[in-house]
Amino acid sequence: MQFNEPAGETLFDNAKIVGKAHTRIDGPLKVTGQAPYAYERYDVVEGQLYGYPLGATISHGTVTAMDTAAALAAPGVRTIVTTLDVEPLALGMLNVARLFGGADVMHYHQAIAVVIAETFEQARAAASLIEVSYEQGDPADYDLDAAFERLQGSGEPDTLYGDVDAAFRDAAAVTDQMYHTPGESHQMMEPFASIVDWSDGGQLTGWISNQMINWTRGSLATTLGIDKERIRIESPYVGGGFGGKLWLRADTVLAALGSRAVGAPVKVALPRPMMMNNTTHRSATVQRIRLAANADGTLKGIWHENVSYGLPGGRGENATAQTPYFYASETMRVKNHMAEMPLPETADMRAPGEAAGLMALEIAMDEMAEALEMDPVRFRIVNDSQVNPSNPDQPYSDRNFVQCLERGAEAFGWDASRPAPGSRRDGDWLIGQGVAGAFRGALVQPSGARAAIENGKLVIETDMTDIGTGSYTILAQTAAETMGLGMEDVDVRLGNSAYPVSSGSGGQFGAVSSTSGVYAACMALRERIASDLGLDAPAFARGRILAGDVDRPLLDMTVEAVESIEWGDFMKQYQKATFGAHFVEVGVNAYTGETRVRRMLACCDAGRILNPVTARSQVIGGMVMGVGAALSEEMALDTGRGMFVNHDLAGYEVAVHADIPEQEVIFLDTLDPIASPLKAKGVGELGLCGVAAAIANAMYNATGIRLRSYPLTLDKMLDQLSDV
Amino acid sequence: MRQFSYEKASDPGAAAARAAEVQGAKFIAGGTNLLDLMKLEIETPVHLIDVNGLGLDTISETEDGGLRIGTLVTNTVLSADARIRRDYPVLTRAIAAGASGQLRNKATTGGNLLQRTRCPYFYDTAMPCNKRAPGTGCGALTEGAFSRQLGVIGTSEACIATHPSDMAVAMRVLDAVIETVTPTGMTRQIPLEEFHQLPGDTPDQETALLPGELITHVTLPAPVGGRQSYHKVRDRASYAFALVSVALIRQADGTGRIALGGVAPKPWRRTEADAELPNGARAVIARLLDGATPTEENAFKITLAERTLAAMLKEA
Ligand SMILES: Cc1cc2nc3c(=O)[nH]c(=O)nc-3n(C[C@H](O)[C@H](O)[C@H](O)COP(=O)(O)OP(=O)(O)OC[C@H]3O[C@@H](n4cnc5c(N)ncnc54)[C@H](O)[C@@H]3O)c2cc1C
Ligand code: SF4
Repeated sequence: MQFNEPAGETLFDNAKIVGKAHTRIDGPLKVTGQAPYAYERYDVVEGQLYGYPLGATISHGTVTAMDTAAALAAPGVRTIVTTLDVEPLALGMLNVARLFGGADVMHYHQAIAVVIAETFEQARAAASLIEVSYEQGDPADYDLDAAFERLQGSGEPDTLYGDVDAAFRDAAAVTDQMYHTPGESHQMMEPFASIVDWSDGGQLTGWISNQMINWTRGSLATTLGIDKERIRIESPYVGGGFGGKLWLRADTVLAALGSRAVGAPVKVALPRPMMMNNTTHRSATVQRIRLAANADGTLKGIWHENVSYGLPGGRGENATAQTPYFYASETMRVKNHMAEMPLPETADMRAPGEAAGLMALEIAMDEMAEALEMDPVRFRIVNDSQVNPSNPDQPYSDRNFVQCLERGAEAFGWDASRPAPGSRRDGDWLIGQGVAGAFRGALVQPSGARAAIENGKLVIETDMTDIGTGSYTILAQTAAETMGLGMEDVDVRLGNSAYPVSSGSGGQFGAVSSTSGVYAACMALRERIASDLGLDAPAFARGRILAGDVDRPLLDMTVEAVESIEWGDFMKQYQKATFGAHFVEVGVNAYTGETRVRRMLACCDAGRILNPVTARSQVIGGMVMGVGAALSEEMALDTGRGMFVNHDLAGYEVAVHADIPEQEVIFLDTLDPIASPLKAKGVGELGLCGVAAAIANAMYNATGIRLRSYPLTLDKMLDQLSDV
Repeated sequence: MRQFSYEKASDPGAAAARAAEVQGAKFIAGGTNLLDLMKLEIETPVHLIDVNGLGLDTISETEDGGLRIGTLVTNTVLSADARIRRDYPVLTRAIAAGASGQLRNKATTGGNLLQRTRCPYFYDTAMPCNKRAPGTGCGALTEGAFSRQLGVIGTSEACIATHPSDMAVAMRVLDAVIETVTPTGMTRQIPLEEFHQLPGDTPDQETALLPGELITHVTLPAPVGGRQSYHKVRDRASYAFALVSVALIRQADGTGRIALGGVAPKPWRRTEADAELPNGARAVIARLLDGATPTEENAFKITLAERTLAAMLKEA
């Protein structure tokens, strides 16, 4: 199905199932422990052996020797594959750190061996017996501030329009500050895990915890140098990914190499302490943001420059991602840099770019509102833009940011008169409120599905994944709605490379793309049925096919169709994004500087909300992640050693239950006919965007102390809190 | 985790004797700390002696009006005990501020006192660490290392780790005494003050226990009354070790006792600092942390301790 023009009136405009609250259909399987996660798939293949990975313990350099004799002699050990046994493996799509093979070490905990044994404990014990000699590479510079100084002003701006210098010269108010965001680690609950059967070196089957079946299949083919057709992947349930599992990772590669070496299926999970340095993460950023405004609050200039780090050829974290598109401004200069550093690979983490960018930009907006003595809600409204600010010929497909701010402010009880910082108190707690805008691009990807009536069920098959997001449920809703069936009539099967290629789960494009793909497949099925029965545009309702005198049950048939959604060029005429406004109230302890969030509210504009329950879960989950990003999450870099030190969940503090207060989510439930046939956009990343800045702004409102370096921990504020 | 053998002990004296006799033996109680450390091969005992069958799981009253706590009393039971809550509320508060409900259900009194540091370099066996691998150096004291959580006082050039227990900090202000049985069957009484050792040149030696010596009880002297409080400051609201914690007992006349957690290799108390309590937080902390040698990253702990105490004194 080609999506070649804005969606007109569709069956979803009178929906009975889509857009209605439906708890996740895979919920019972999950809460009863029956949802099969990759590592626990004992039933899929006989004779599984355990692989345990060994990580390099230098930041960069070479492995000069590995002595595996003691490990090989340890009880239960079948074989060991070391990185020196294997030619450097080719790189999978979009990744720059080699997963295995060869003597070069590019980062700490890069996989350098896998021990295969009969039990997990045997493999683990033996792995620690391997002796490794290294030659450490030359000392590296990990100073991102220095990198910013060095790179600032260099290179062609990514976005440049208007006379920026003049704008700053002539402005009524200017702000100019540096902002820091730390490295962040996905730390999803389920670790990276794979079972791979490549026993005979021929057909390869992988049961993997992965967000993107087709990408990973392709990357695995490239990495192992085999034909993609020889690879089958299953990933029906994924215990969280946040972008970390977009890629082929070392667990799969080690399981594959181990399986071939030992001639049996092998399972490998990355131990939690290895996850932070072995896999990808969100780079730290250093950002400078200058704003210039007219007395009426309209922006005259936005100047945003960012640096993050990455391995050679990598992408870092483009914290300027939102800036050219979010606020109207007379002039703009935006530049993103990446500094090369021998650290673990930096790549996508939930809302890559925007999450870190809005952490800074939305503080800057608060600072400018204050400089202008304006309500920060009003200031943002004044600078709304219905067109792409950096390309005014391109309108937004649908943008209701102003309504997000207005409705959110009203529901939250926002005090537009802005009590002076430090003026509200509840016992020892200084109380403050903050607001921030949220922006996240609305991407789409081609997405296919098979829809079939088989054995009295509507079966939907697509290689789409459900990473805890609710894909099973919204795809069932889409299919049931389109075919005039009930939810109980639909059997959704996901995460299998035998099924048509979907968008996969990433970049908050999964829900919108895969529901569109399923819609396309169901429409193809309807056409197929119509032509098989020789009917002209029959109706599908209440489980029946209706046309003139014809009234027959749909589920009695056996019929199938495969189709995918392809996105037409007309969409490029528009800028598409999702929007939101976050409102937060915090208490900051006047004595200790401890910050606790007291309430949070998000008002979101993301097109049709396919299922308010699962969408709400996505947004509140994003808000939780935002609390962690604001207050505690930080990958602690040892700059002498080039590795992240706090590489477990005791050291890397994500938010816990006690950190999370009442959360309220309001969906505008707008319709965006340019976004997809369902007029929907994604929400999976929007909920995170801007949260941390809203907290930072609330902390400022509470204390009068402006923190610009995340996480906003008490040590950064203690000496500025008033004497006790 | 290395291979190990396992036995169940049925008598405290015999357990201690066995532990001294078998090279590389260790006791296991709740296992919440030891098993984690074994999985990472930070601890590599070759033999485990399970003390859970020793029956030392009751709290009884002593002749002088105190309480005698069996080493196997879990943190959950101890913190919820009506006598503890009434007469030693600082202890209830401290325990409840630690770990999580599930962990406290398993964690025992003796095990809690003997839990090991949370220094991240101690936890990564590829890193130098004088505590884990004597003579390899201190990973946390090299240029560019991460030391935000670590100790500011009582530390040494060999090690700046803290003792992470909350319970022990409260026990320290309560002047708890540890009772043990030695491998030769003798019983010993060790004041908590003398139990944890400062690192000096031997940070691997953490306590006054002899090889094989088993903790059987912890005794609390008769209640001292006063207003008792425990304030644990951390980056998130729960399930994190203290940046700084303060255990305070304050009498009506303004005198009292104070101990700090999160700042030193042991629960940190100085009687001369107690004496400053009537003079306010600044005076107390100046005395209590006099001689501190913080790193640049953790110097804030001194200010934090003072401000935390100030908040508590205002209420007490
Ligand atoms: C995730 C996590 C978070 C935590 N957070 C906190 C926190 O915030 N605050 C806090 O205070 N603690 C915290 N803890 C630590 C917890 O309190 C300890 O793990 C627990 O108290 C240890 O008790 P156990 O009985 O399980 O000891 P075990 O693990 O069984 O043993 C610990 C040590 O004590 C020795 N031992 C045990 N009993 C005896 C005995 N009778 N005589 C001699 N030696 C003995 C063992 O040989 C071993 O060396 C946390 C732990 C975890 C895992
Ligand atoms: S501070 Fe102590 S525990 Fe930490 S690395 Fe140094 S010696 Fe080891």
